[in-house]
Amino acid sequence: MSARGADTPVLQVEHLTMRFGGLVAVDDVSFEARRSEITALIGPNGAGKTTVFNCITGFYKPTEGMITLTQVSGQRYLLERMDDHVINAKAGVARTFQNIRLFPGMTVLENLMVAQHQMLTKGPARALGSLIGLAAYRQAEAEALSFAIHWLERVGLTARADQAAGDLPYGDQRRLEIARAMCTRPELLCLDEPAAGLNARESEELNGLLRSICAEGNTAILLIEHDMSVVMRISDHVIVLDHGSVIADGPPSKVQNDEHVIAAYLGVPDEEVANVEKEVGA
Amino acid sequence: MEPAVREKPRLLPALWDAAIAAGIAFLLFCLVLGVRTVDGVYGLTLQPRPVLLAVVVGIVFFGRLALNLFWWDRDWRFPPLPFFSRTAKDAKDRAPRDIYRVGLVLIGFAAVFPLLGLVLNKVFGANLPLLYLIDLSILVLTYVMLGWGLNIVVGLAGLLDLGYVAFYAVGAYTFAILATTFGWSFWMCLPLAGILAAFWGIVLGFPVLRLRGDYLAIVTLAFGEIIRIVIQNWTELTGGPNGISNIPEPSFFGLEFAFRGDNTFHQFFGLPYDAIYGSIWLYYIILVMALITNAVTLRLRRLPIGRAWEALREDEIACRSLGMNTTTTKLSAFATGALFGGFAGSFFAARQSFISPESFTFIESAIILSIVVLGGMGSQLGVAIAAVVMIGGFEALRHTDSLQLVFGTGFDPTLYRMLFFGLAMVAIMVWRPRGLVSTRQPTVTLNKDAGSISKDLVSEGSG
Repeated sequence: MSARGADTPVLQVEHLTMRFGGLVAVDDVSFEARRSEITALIGPNGAGKTTVFNCITGFYKPTEGMITLTQVSGQRYLLERMDDHVINAKAGVARTFQNIRLFPGMTVLENLMVAQHQMLTKGPARALGSLIGLAAYRQAEAEALSFAIHWLERVGLTARADQAAGDLPYGDQRRLEIARAMCTRPELLCLDEPAAGLNARESEELNGLLRSICAEGNTAILLIEHDMSVVMRISDHVIVLDHGSVIADGPPSKVQNDEHVIAAYLGVPDEEVANVEKEVGA
Repeated sequence: MEPAVREKPRLLPALWDAAIAAGIAFLLFCLVLGVRTVDGVYGLTLQPRPVLLAVVVGIVFFGRLALNLFWWDRDWRFPPLPFFSRTAKDAKDRAPRDIYRVGLVLIGFAAVFPLLGLVLNKVFGANLPLLYLIDLSILVLTYVMLGWGLNIVVGLAGLLDLGYVAFYAVGAYTFAILATTFGWSFWMCLPLAGILAAFWGIVLGFPVLRLRGDYLAIVTLAFGEIIRIVIQNWTELTGGPNGISNIPEPSFFGLEFAFRGDNTFHQFFGLPYDAIYGSIWLYYIILVMALITNAVTLRLRRLPIGRAWEALREDEIACRSLGMNTTTTKLSAFATGALFGGFAGSFFAARQSFISPESFTFIESAIILSIVVLGGMGSQLGVAIAAVVMIGGFEALRHTDSLQLVFGTGFDPTLYRMLFFGLAMVAIMVWRPRGLVSTRQPTVTLNKDAGSISKDLVSEGSG
């Protein structure tokens, strides 16, 4: 029972379509994300990456399609039918945002404690016990605090634990947002352009962090990235979107040499241009 | 280049500038103030008022001159206020300790003040107007409690509530109706009043909390008015505009504070009758109720629910992405705020022994909200200070003779209350836009001596 979900892909997206009025932002997209892999969703601007993301995390309701999340326990959830906060609370999908959304007026540690709200208020013994300080709640709180401290250490923010999150430099804010998402103990971590705005060293640290999260095997990672070099280095599986459709799907080495992908990113290859020029007699 | 030497303000250009300003003032005022139409026997006649005009133009001239010479070119700044330090660094270093200390001193003073006054009056024969002072303090403490209650909704959860008085009214009428119809005691009705107010908080919150910002404010405003109008028109239950009278006062463990009766306080203790005992008892009731509100708020802040409220104020979308049900979180804030509003309401009814819809108009909501905003949203001490200044300050002004000396004997400063409110609001918004106490204390820290957070980083919430 417990290992049933381990072999199946953690996330299956089938025939996902999202229309905004007449605009088809995502058109019949299907892909899978496997456990203990880093899956990257890439594509040029306006390809529909963030829309797919918002459908998975419940911020949009897809027009058509099915999104299935399978937990390690084998429990399956149909994400397209759930509200955004339930997707995190029940199905265990956590996300970060392209433009960082921390709680700027709360300290770094408080940010991580807020993320454990679910765990701290689960069950009446904790929710009511918290008011009068019952042992059940105190134990849960101590557990939450040590989990938060664990994540502070992993993202290297222990020294800044009592600073306001809004005071942190940009790179630290990025890492804090990932730590905060991880504090919800997710099955699937969705990162929206995690390396945007980071310098080379910070980006390298981030890769190490994501690799280590993935290696623990409890959390699969799905990320959107713009920067091809980052994607090629850390992801195990790449899905390329262009104009709302999947144009390539496979390991990075294969995708890198796919002519559709090159065409989508760089325009058409030179010989094709030469062919066309020959045909029109230029 | 020579080192820059500060030039002394030059007299001649300043005079010239002031003269121009005075000239403009003369042009503006010569018809508005300079002449007056008098309805005389022979029809309208013009009565010139050269002295008034000269005074006004003179004020403009010298005022402008003074600004030119001493103000705009000044090279000094206002010294920072000793306690409410302005910079984030100062605040970080000293605010947590100071706030804690000032709070303790204020609570200690509040706890001994009526007894001290009583001893001074009875034993040492001092002649303090103790009854008046205690009545005023009860009023102030009621507003402190209301401010703290609303602070949960506005300051912590960031939900702009313009109809808080509705819950105050629900609490007051619950107690009044139960007490006059069934003869239930204050202590029995108090929890009921709070629960009923919280229930109405949820009833209101359920449909409207999907609205945000201004829209939420408008709907809560409407709710406050709806409650008042229902009370005004439901004559069978609430007595309509006539209100409800003869509401019993809270008893002292079964002892009444009446002059006559079987079981009165002064007879039981063998004291001569004095109205002051009842007032002191009421004072301690509201003091304890307010302190309970404060303690519960401070406790809740450190719990998941309180942190969820603050997180909601900071970023609602991020909250949802972390699996927080924002609707129930908002409802809980609304209900908790309403609960304390209801408690305060039933105390109000017990103390006044008469209530009518007139006590629950929009202006009450506005006063409570301005206390919260002036004090510093989310800050317990700031709200308490703002309530003391805004409510107690004006009452104190009424009894100082100096203002009457300036403005004439008939001057009653309480008539200008709203004007002062507005001025105070503008001044605070200009100098301390985040309120008097503008730091936020972290609810959990790794290091013991962690500082507080500058309000520049804390958001006000948008819904």
